[in-house]
Amino acid sequence: MIQIIAFYLMAAVTLVSGFCVVSARNPVHSVLWLILAFFSAAGLFVLMGAEFLAMLLVVVYVGAVAVLFLFVVMMLDVDFAALRQGFARYMPVGLLIAAFLAAEMILVSYAVATNGAAKDAVLPVANGGSDVTNAEAIGRVLYTDYVYFFQAAGLVLLVAMIGAIVLTLRHKPGVRRQVIMDQVLRSPKTGMRIVQLKPGEGMDQ
Amino acid sequence: MTFSADLSLAIPELILAVGALVLLVGGAFSPRSTFAVSAAAVVALLGAAVATATLPVGTAFAGGLISDAAATFAKVAIYVASAVAIPLGQPWFERRGVKNFEFPVLILLAALGMGMMASSGDLISLYVGVELQSLALYVLAAMHRDNAKASEAGLKYFVLGALSSGLLLYGASLIYGFAGSTTYADIAVAVQGGAETGVLFGLVFLMCGLAFKVSAAPFHMWTPDVYEGAPTPVVAFFAAAPKLAAMVLFARVLAEGFAGAIEQWSQVLVALGLISVAVGAFAGLVQKNLKRLWAYSSIANVGYALLGLASGTEAGIQAMLMFMVLYMVDVTGFFACLSALSRGGRSMETMDDMAGLWRERPWLSLAMTVFALSALGLPPFSGFWAKYYVFKAALDAGLWGPAVIGLVGSVVAAFYYLRLIKVMWFDASPGQTDKPPAEAGAIAIGLAVFAFPVVLIALTWLDPLATRAAQAFGL
Repeated sequence: MIQIIAFYLMAAVTLVSGFCVVSARNPVHSVLWLILAFFSAAGLFVLMGAEFLAMLLVVVYVGAVAVLFLFVVMMLDVDFAALRQGFARYMPVGLLIAAFLAAEMILVSYAVATNGAAKDAVLPVANGGSDVTNAEAIGRVLYTDYVYFFQAAGLVLLVAMIGAIVLTLRHKPGVRRQVIMDQVLRSPKTGMRIVQLKPGEGMDQ
Repeated sequence: MTFSADLSLAIPELILAVGALVLLVGGAFSPRSTFAVSAAAVVALLGAAVATATLPVGTAFAGGLISDAAATFAKVAIYVASAVAIPLGQPWFERRGVKNFEFPVLILLAALGMGMMASSGDLISLYVGVELQSLALYVLAAMHRDNAKASEAGLKYFVLGALSSGLLLYGASLIYGFAGSTTYADIAVAVQGGAETGVLFGLVFLMCGLAFKVSAAPFHMWTPDVYEGAPTPVVAFFAAAPKLAAMVLFARVLAEGFAGAIEQWSQVLVALGLISVAVGAFAGLVQKNLKRLWAYSSIANVGYALLGLASGTEAGIQAMLMFMVLYMVDVTGFFACLSALSRGGRSMETMDDMAGLWRERPWLSLAMTVFALSALGLPPFSGFWAKYYVFKAALDAGLWGPAVIGLVGSVVAAFYYLRLIKVMWFDASPGQTDKPPAEAGAIAIGLAVFAFPVVLIALTWLDPLATRAAQAFGL
């Protein structure tokens, strides 16, 4: 019973906050609603017995991604009110597309409800055995069966990083950088100069 | 299968991944040594091609990676085409003051992604391969970052590419939901006796996503803008190898995963192919810019390759493979010619720029003529043989209507190829051109020699290789 109440509560919060993300006028509020949506989605994962995914969602999405969003939104001076100007004009087309998508989704759900999944479908095994925890089940396949995908996904992130650097990093000429090697290698000979000055005369340079 | 046996099937991927990482670190420590990084990247690509050619047949990583004759055929072609792109591109960028060691590294990573696509046996490796390849290409398109058009091309490519990835993922998730597995072999079991609505629904989304990647109409909108804005040698790269990778991926998903739904996907492919041929032929007629013109030409040519695939027979897949490999030679060669030509430091990109070119640059004009005649499909150039295979496969499969429409499109497109030749050989020249750089000229003329007459000999060994590759799909 308590599980059902918790499910409906968290599902409702997820939906409402998801709606508020796109409808909030202030972009900072949008990000805060997004964090709430992530939290309640994490709660839904816990209800399904996927506590590891729930932790990941909180740590990665709430902890890193959402905060990064917040930084970007606060630092970029984007006029979101201006971006929203064509909203009324594009709404009919948007609603039409949304209606089509909704109709298609309903069609598909109907197909599942009546026929079930494909006849000879290989059903995925969510949990290897009742005594294995989530984290252990993922850990068992991550670096064995899925190592190829996992490493390739790492390379995708590497490409994104290279791309960000190639497209934005500029070496400005005339910037004096600290070169520790040069500092350490300085000796009295290279670092100072002894000049004999005659009384009454200045140093020319 | 043991883990080390799995790894031994991934040797080409390992060579490229380790090579890219080592070169990245090496380049970061000595950013000026771009020549050494480029040379090492070419060696890594050729090494990966040799390693691919000697791989045994098998699957690894729980079906994620497939090594068979088709994967070998496609990967060798992809790695060699990527190796050609580096000597073509790096000097071009350096002449324009962009001395980046990242160019060869990104080409390596793109080649790795394309190889993953060509040998994927699972929807996850399909998606990761597509993303690895596309992300590297977005960056390459925008690499000439002080050029407004190149930045625009990169951004457009990125936004529309992200949209197509969304479609692809949505389709993949539906297929997973209905078939219960992501590997093609398991999907094939689930759709054995005809596919359900839900699986077909996902398949259509997946095909739309892939059609974006091969720039088949009506998902072609990004192609002309991106080809026009992106640096010419980069266009020479991404008009060739990524298309072959995506077409092989198309064939693999459809033939290995959805052999039970052949009537359904064949219809979709015929529609995509015919629209592409029509758009490519008619929209190309009004183009002034040669890069846009060849973008439309590439849309039309992808249409022919899709018609070959739509036959749904072994001969059809063989025709598609032959077509793509021969087309890669044409398109790389043509863009190599364009990247070699400039007048007063400004790239020559329009039809009018080419007027009277033969008086000054007879060899390059001759090469461009060969590529134009070949793309037109005139015998005995390579493009004729490519189209011959496709039309033969389509007729054998009983696709009379689409084949006739394809031929008509080919005749319409002949107009713009012939106009280019007329402008080059018979119009008056508007002024002196700069001396073409040695490497681009050499690549262009080498490829022209391949397009004719070497192709006549090459066909005798390409044909059995493509036949063996097509047999691997087991249609």
